[in-house]
Amino acid sequence: MTTNKRETPLIDQLEKGPWPSFVKELKKSADNPMTNDLLGVLERSYNDRIGHWKHGGLVGVMGYGGGVIGRYCDLPEEFPNVAHFHTMRINHPAGWFYTSDVLRKICDIWEKHGSGITNMHGSTGDIIFLGCVTDELEPTFSDLTEAGFDLGGSGSDMRTPSCCCGMARCEWACYDTMGFTYDITQHWQDELHRPAFPYKYKFKASGCPNDCVASIARADMSIIGTWRDDIQQDDAAVAEYVTSGAVDIVEDVVGRCPTQCMSWDGEKLTINNRDCVRCMHCINVMPKALAPGKDRGATILLGAKAPIIGGALLSSVLIPFYEMEPPYEDLKELVEEIWDFWGEHGKNRERVGEFIQRIGLGNFLEQIGLEPTPEMVVHPRTNPYIFFELDEDEDEEEED
Amino acid sequence: MSALASNRKTDIGPPHYEQFLPPIIKKNYGKWKYHENPRPGVLVHVAESGDKLYTVRAATPRLASTKTIRLFADLADEFCGGHLRYTSRNNVEFLLTDETKIDALIEKLAAAGYPVGGTGASITNIVHTQGWIHCHSAASDASGVVKAVMDELYPHFVNMDLPAKVRIAFACCLNMCGAVHCSDIAILAVHRRAPKIDHQAMARVCEIPTTVSSCPTGAIRPATVDGHQSVEVIEEQCMFCANCYTVCPAMTLNDAEYDGISIWVGGKVSQARSEPKFSKLAIPYIPNNPPRWPEVVEAIKNIVEVYAANARKYERMGEWIDRIGWPRFFEVADIEFTKYHIDDFTHAGETFRRSVHFPRIG
Ligand code: SF4
Ligand code: SF4
Ligand code: SF4
Ligand code: SF4
Repeated sequence: MTTNKRETPLIDQLEKGPWPSFVKELKKSADNPMTNDLLGVLERSYNDRIGHWKHGGLVGVMGYGGGVIGRYCDLPEEFPNVAHFHTMRINHPAGWFYTSDVLRKICDIWEKHGSGITNMHGSTGDIIFLGCVTDELEPTFSDLTEAGFDLGGSGSDMRTPSCCCGMARCEWACYDTMGFTYDITQHWQDELHRPAFPYKYKFKASGCPNDCVASIARADMSIIGTWRDDIQQDDAAVAEYVTSGAVDIVEDVVGRCPTQCMSWDGEKLTINNRDCVRCMHCINVMPKALAPGKDRGATILLGAKAPIIGGALLSSVLIPFYEMEPPYEDLKELVEEIWDFWGEHGKNRERVGEFIQRIGLGNFLEQIGLEPTPEMVVHPRTNPYIFFELDEDEDEEEED
Repeated sequence: MSALASNRKTDIGPPHYEQFLPPIIKKNYGKWKYHENPRPGVLVHVAESGDKLYTVRAATPRLASTKTIRLFADLADEFCGGHLRYTSRNNVEFLLTDETKIDALIEKLAAAGYPVGGTGASITNIVHTQGWIHCHSAASDASGVVKAVMDELYPHFVNMDLPAKVRIAFACCLNMCGAVHCSDIAILAVHRRAPKIDHQAMARVCEIPTTVSSCPTGAIRPATVDGHQSVEVIEEQCMFCANCYTVCPAMTLNDAEYDGISIWVGGKVSQARSEPKFSKLAIPYIPNNPPRWPEVVEAIKNIVEVYAANARKYERMGEWIDRIGWPRFFEVADIEFTKYHIDDFTHAGETFRRSVHFPRIG
C-alpha cells in the first residue's frame, strides 16, 4: 500500500531545538500508514487548536475488562488509518528494568500489529502501545503473552502497581519495592484485569520518604519506606564532608532539619532521633555519612487522587509502621477489607479518598477494623460537634 | 478457533523483573552503600562489596518510535551488557560497570539527539500526558508544550545550577493523568467554556442519569430539548472539568478559541525538610499558541529564573515561596494577582489569611 507522506509545516517546527523531538519520533515510524495519518491529524490539531479524538465504545481482549482504551478519530474519512486508534497498556516489569533482547521482542510485536509508536512509559507506569485497530487487539495480546507480558489495568479496577528501583540500585530503600510490587500484581490479577470497583485503585511503592514515584500524590494506596530506630551515622564520614568543605553542616544540614533535632558542636554531629521525623534531608545531603536506620519497614497511606471529581487529595496515614515482610498477609487482608467496604458503599466513580471524606475517617477505620492513632491526623478535631455513640459507652462501662 | 482458545494465556501478569537485572545488581541487591553524582546525568552507586555501578541518564520525549527503542537496545548491548532501565519521569538509564565507557556512550546519545542530564539540582524531564496526540478531552497539546518549554530550559537539564531540583509536570485537562498537582511547576491545560451538547445524539450515546451525576457541581440536569431527551447545563455552575465529557461523548468541551494553559507553582512530593504540598495557582490562563507556545515558555522561564536568583540552597520552589510569602512571590515574579487566584471550592475558607503575618506593604 502506498501512502502519501503528510505535509506537516506546523509540527515540523517542533523538530528544532536541543530537546528530543516527539515529531522526529513520529517521523521515524512514518512508513507505517497509521503513524503517517497520526502526523496528519496532529498537524490538523495544531492548525485547528483542538483535538480530534473521540473515546467510547467497549473494546478489549476476550475475558478482560481493562487494559485497552478505545479511541477513534473524529475525521475518519480524511485519516482512515487512524479511524480506530486504541491504546494498549502492557504491565511493565517492576522498576522498569529491561534487557535489549526483551525490548526488541516488544518492538517486533508492535511493528507487526500496530503503529510502532509507544510511550515509555504511561502515567500509571505501563508500557503504552499507541494505536491499535480493533481486529489487531487479540493477535497483539496473544503475541504479548507468548513473550511473557500481560495487559495492565484501566477503568474501575486495580491499576498497574508501580515502584521505584528500590534495593536494585538505591541504598535508601527500606523494603524491597520491586519484590512487593511484583507480588501484589500477581496476587491481584483478577482485580487488575476485571474492573469491579467503584472507581480506580492505584498502588505505588517508594522505598523511602524521598518518594521517587510520587506515591503520596498519585496512589490510592501509598507505601513509603521508613525506619523506627536511629539514623545510622558514620562520624568519620561526617567529618570528611565538613573538612573537605563539601557541606556547610550548620547551614545545610542542622539548619534545614525540620524538627531542629540535630546539633553540631564544631566536632560532632548529634541527632536526637526521638524527635526526627525521617524526612531524609540530612541523609540526602550526606549519603556517605548518614543512612536510614536498620529496623526498616513502611508507612502505609491511603487516599491520594487528582481533582476529578471532588478535588485533589494527598494520601494520609493508615498504618504508621508496617514491617513489609513477604508475603504481606496482614496488608493484603486489610486491602481486601477496604475494597469490600468501599465496593459496597462507595458511589460510582468515587475514589477511596473521597469516600473517606464523605463517611469520616473514624467510621472508616471502625469498619475496616483499625484502631485510630494520633499519627493519622495533623491535630485532633477543633470542632465540638461530636457524634457520641452512647450505647457503646454504656456497654463499656458495664464491662468494667 | 478452539485450538487458539485452548492455548490462550491470560492473567500471567508481568514478567519477573529479576530476569532483566544486570549481574552487578543481582549480586548487590539490597546491599548498596552510598551514591554520588559526579557530573550531570551520571550517578555512581557503590555497594558494600566495593562494586561500582555507573548510571547514565538521558532524556526521551516519552513518545517513542520502536526504532528509538531498538537504538537504545543496541547502545545497551554495546556499553552495558544489554541492560537498561527507564525512570518514572520518562528518562532512559544505561547501567555500566566500566567507567571508561561513559564518555563514548554520552557522545553517541548526544549524536542521536538524546541529551544526558537531569540529576541533582537540575530540571529533569517533564512528566506529561497525551494531548492532541491521543486524548479526547485535551485542552492543549502535551508533547508540543513540553518540547518548547524544555528547549528553553535545556541548560538546566544538562547543568546542576539551581538551588534544588525543579520538577515540572504537564496535564492537558483537569483529569491530570500524572502528579501534576504536586509539582514545583505544574502546567495545566484548561477548558473555559461550558460543554456544547449534541441533543440529538444524547439519548443514543449517553446514559442521562450517569451524565447528570457526573458533574461535581451539580450543573447538569435532565431536560427535553426540541423533543429530544437530553440535558441542560447551568452555565454559572460549570467549572469546565470535562467530567461529563468523559462519561458522555455528546458533551464536548474542546474549544479552539477559549482553551488554553494555566500555571501552578510550589508543589512537591518528597518529604525532605517540609511536608508534601499541592501546587498553587500562579497564572490562571494563557491562550494556546501552537506550534511553540512562546507566552507559556516565557512565563515558565521567568518563574524558574526568579526562583534560581532568590531561593537558598536546597530550598524547593514551594519552600522558597513559603519563606518569602505569596505576596512577595507575585511581586518578584511580576505576576498579576486576580480574583481567580482566590479559592472558591469546598475548602476555600482554609486558604484565607487569618493573621497579620504577611510581608510589609510597599
Ligand atoms: S524512593 Fe527512596 S529508595 Fe526509592 S529510589 Fe527514591 S530515594 Fe531510593
Ligand atoms: S531525617 Fe530530617 S528530621 Fe531526621 S534528623 Fe535528618 S533532617 Fe532532621
Ligand atoms: S490529562 Fe486529560 S486530556 Fe490529558 S491525557 Fe489525561 S484525560 Fe486526556
Ligand atoms: S464540565 Fe464539569 S462542571 Fe461543567 S457541566 Fe461538565 S461535569 Fe459539570
